Amino acid sequence: MEGRPVSSVLYDVPGPRARRRNLILSVLAVAAVVAAIAWVVYRFWQTGQFESLKWQQFQYTAIQEQLADGLLNTVKAAATGAVLALLFGGFLAGLRMTGIRAIEAPATFVVELFRAIPLLILIFFFYYGPLTYGLHIPNFWALVIGLTLYNGAVISEILRSGIASLPRGQSEAGLAIGLDRGQLFWHILLPQAVRAMLPSIISQLVVLLKDTALGFIITYPELLYVAKQMGSRLSFDLPYVPSYLVVAAVYIGMCSLLSWFANWLSKRGARRRAR
Amino acid sequence: MNAFLHTLTDNWDIFSRGFVNTIKLFVVSGILALILGTLLGAARVSPVPALRGIGTGYVSIIRNTPLTLVFAFLVFAAPKVGLEADFQTSAYIALTVYTAAFVCETLRSGINTVPVGQAEAARAIGMTFTQVLTMIVLPQAFRTVVPPMISVLNAMLKNTTVAAGFSVVEAGAIQQYLSERSENQMYGLVWVTIGFLILVGPMIVAQRWLERKWKVAR
Repeated sequence: MEGRPVSSVLYDVPGPRARRRNLILSVLAVAAVVAAIAWVVYRFWQTGQFESLKWQQFQYTAIQEQLADGLLNTVKAAATGAVLALLFGGFLAGLRMTGIRAIEAPATFVVELFRAIPLLILIFFFYYGPLTYGLHIPNFWALVIGLTLYNGAVISEILRSGIASLPRGQSEAGLAIGLDRGQLFWHILLPQAVRAMLPSIISQLVVLLKDTALGFIITYPELLYVAKQMGSRLSFDLPYVPSYLVVAAVYIGMCSLLSWFANWLSKRGARRRAR
Repeated sequence: MNAFLHTLTDNWDIFSRGFVNTIKLFVVSGILALILGTLLGAARVSPVPALRGIGTGYVSIIRNTPLTLVFAFLVFAAPKVGLEADFQTSAYIALTVYTAAFVCETLRSGINTVPVGQAEAARAIGMTFTQVLTMIVLPQAFRTVVPPMISVLNAMLKNTTVAAGFSVVEAGAIQQYLSERSENQMYGLVWVTIGFLILVGPMIVAQRWLERKWKVAR
């Protein structure tokens, strides 16, 4: 799409005059962005964000290990949450296809409820709620349970729309050869729905990975928590800006990689279907 | 049951203060995000390659950054470069900057669902750019954009709770206040949830209804 002249819904393939005008606008836009970035960099420089003292701590092995621990904790929460959310999502999707109203209705209610509650409140329920009754859930599990319930509900919706998009013949053929509803779901519908919906599922896992940052608020020592610790060190002249820049790069890197993978999968899927 | 009700009535001051500010965050950031997102969306579908690039760059950076990080950067790092703002203003900015990326994406994919042939036919019968836009493209795009846009705003409403982690008094922070008054936190959280269900519910219903109503169109 990019680069080649294309006719879009909004405008025709540009002619020579339009091309000249677009070039001028391009140059102006680039100039504006470069100016904005230059202003930010100047601001950083002026306030001493590039002084070596502020970046020094990243050279120490102890600090690097601390950063690695934060990354590990983020990945640990994301991975545990992802596995549990997929299982929970599959389970809910299964319940909603049983054909028994008494099971389907409560399952639908659960999905709608967990999607409507803000994730942070859901996490608070498991972190602060039990304290009322003298119980204690570690912040890791409070975070993971919250991530599981919310993302599981979303994934079950994705799976359901995936199953709905399958040709009806699939269900009919399955039932015709004598499969029961459970077998039909596990052996026929779910595998195909997962394949069709893999890009959406992975996009949802990117959301899950990003949401592990909420762990910061309940003091789970993930990346953002570590960044705050590193930033608040007086002996390095409060290097908040360097710390957050480093952590932002890590998050953007991880999530972009996953998003790119999801995109690649959906493009590949589109090609396969086209053939 | 009585104790449960009393958690709300005895602390009505906190609950009302929290939810009023949540609604304020939602309305102000929502309007600003729609404006910024529309500008970015216009850049992403414009014929100018550089503008498209800028839009794409913004979306791919912000969409891959956790909202909590945007908040943390504004609250802890921005003052270090001399950009001091109070917590409330930081929350407005964080929610706007973050949500604008999703508004932009929704607009772009909505416009992309209008078949190119529609506009080509309109141009072929001699319609001008403005006519094509206002009479052919936007009316069709509007139908596909509005339901997902409600979802985006809905997500933003829920995201306002993140501000609680950064010293803003809104619905997400109610639980902290209740714990200081040694109230039952479980009851408090249930009331906060009920509050959100009241706010989120109508939006979900509206979205479903519009989706169903406009689905037949294509």
